Amino acid sequence: MSDLRELYQEVILDHSRNPRNFGRLENANHEADGNNPLCGDQITLFVRTEDGMVIDISFEGSGCAISTASASLMTEALKGKSIEDAQELFEQFHGMVTGDPMRESQSAQSMGKLSVLAGVREFPVRVKCASLAWHTFKAAIEEAVEPVSTE
Amino acid sequence: MNRTAFDPHDVRGDFPILSRRIHGTPLVYLDSAATSQKPKRVLDTLATFYETSNANVHRAIHHLGEEATAAYEGAREILCRFIGAGDPTCCIFVKNTTEGLNLVANSWGRSHLQPGDEIVLTEMEHHSNIVPWQLVAQERGAKIRYVPITSDGLLDMEAFAGLLTNRTRIVGVAHASNVLGTINPVAEIARIAHDAGAIVVADGAQSVPHMPVDVTTLDVDFMAFSSHKMCGPTGAGMLYGRKELLEEMPPFLGGGDMIERVSKEGTTFAKLPYKFEAGTPDIAEVVAMGAAAEYLSDLGLDVIHTYETELVDYALEQISTLEGVRIFGPREGRASLVSFSFEKIHPHDLSEFLNQDSIAVRAGHHCTHILHDVLGVPATTRASFAFYNTFEEIDLLVRSCRKAIDFFS
Ligand SMILES: Cc1ncc(COP(=O)(O)O)c(C=O)c1O
Repeated sequence: MSDLRELYQEVILDHSRNPRNFGRLENANHEADGNNPLCGDQITLFVRTEDGMVIDISFEGSGCAISTASASLMTEALKGKSIEDAQELFEQFHGMVTGDPMRESQSAQSMGKLSVLAGVREFPVRVKCASLAWHTFKAAIEEAVEPVSTE
Repeated sequence: MNRTAFDPHDVRGDFPILSRRIHGTPLVYLDSAATSQKPKRVLDTLATFYETSNANVHRAIHHLGEEATAAYEGAREILCRFIGAGDPTCCIFVKNTTEGLNLVANSWGRSHLQPGDEIVLTEMEHHSNIVPWQLVAQERGAKIRYVPITSDGLLDMEAFAGLLTNRTRIVGVAHASNVLGTINPVAEIARIAHDAGAIVVADGAQSVPHMPVDVTTLDVDFMAFSSHKMCGPTGAGMLYGRKELLEEMPPFLGGGDMIERVSKEGTTFAKLPYKFEAGTPDIAEVVAMGAAAEYLSDLGLDVIHTYETELVDYALEQISTLEGVRIFGPREGRASLVSFSFEKIHPHDLSEFLNQDSIAVRAGHHCTHILHDVLGVPATTRASFAFYNTFEEIDLLVRSCRKAIDFFS
């Protein structure tokens, strides 16, 4: 079971059982839907930004442990960050889960708690689960009209 | 339990892949509803065709061309008998079930549907028996109605009868549901639909591989099924159609093989079944699909169905002992698959966990969004069985699910 413990770290199981920042954000000024058609993960992301800062962020939806935990961890990581830093973190996160050394290099420490998701790179089909929330965040900020799909 | 004499260990040796180990553990393949495994006889037929008889069909006046054509047409006759079609010219080779259903929707649908006409489908249809109809309905201004399912996963036959009107032209129904396992009463549905003046398009993808199917007794107008789910290779499938309908239908695809005469003024089309077989077909795959049908017939579809029913009954009994499990579909009279879910474990996580024990199941919506909306779950886990599966494999599945429940809760 060593491999699965790599994927499902205790922090991930905890966040999937008790997701943080879960629920609708009433005063959100950005919102986007994301879908992972492969396994049916579905997420709605709510963001409140002011002066280029992510003031508040939350999500709703249903998905696997990886996608739920990733969304939960992401909301914790992004709250209080500038949009610019958030987008930078998106790139780093993406590099980490896809194992892309170019994008990953920028120091793993800056990923903080998010680094528990590094294990998904050994499970290629799960990369989509881990990155769904992040793609949805990007869409929310960029005001995409179409719902995000990881396909 | 009083079990039949059929012993899966007698046939497992026919399937080279079943001796595979994954992470050092023997493979437990419980995903045959997605695609079945292939016996050596089918694999040998593919290789032998390419090694000894490969040539294009219906074109060459040379020895290999004749052999290839004979093998291709021989497969048509085998499959015609396999589904009780009576007339091989009513048996059209297509790529898969999806292409067969698209053929009916595009050819019969587009030439017959008028604005305001109605198509009746069921809530348990696979996307391949929904999307082609939605496309043609939108183009022709037709409406689609869906027959609801009961709480135990059966078609609501009363509601079905109530949905039929004098505008109903088509009734589309899965013979066996790929999620609920329900075996729908297609003969009865055909009788009711015909009384209302509608034609019946049956999706045989999950029935033809697992039980005796006779299109004449069922009295359907069309039935499509795939080779790859019945121990044959990918790339081949069949559409059966009632002769009177096929004859007056326009072609679906145009090109070589489907014409009688082409001139600058226009084209006259070939006779059945060639009118619907444009271009070079998947010749080797079709020949091997014939070998698959023979393999299944030699085992006996009734023997297969009886054994698989015992397997699925055992699976239902065992899976229902799992804590917090919800099982979808009827308790009996079903095809050999079980879809289930747990409140606290997402199907994707469960199948990842089972994969660690080399158990292959399917997690997701199984191309049935409408059904999953009706069931109120985003996704399910599906274990599907074939005659080469054993009772011990079901025990392994249940044991691994138990470990997963501990792990995730
Ligand atoms: C009930 C049913 N219909 C249709 C299909 C489509 O089959 P294919 O992908 O071979 O066209 C499937 C296969 O997934 C199925 O289970």
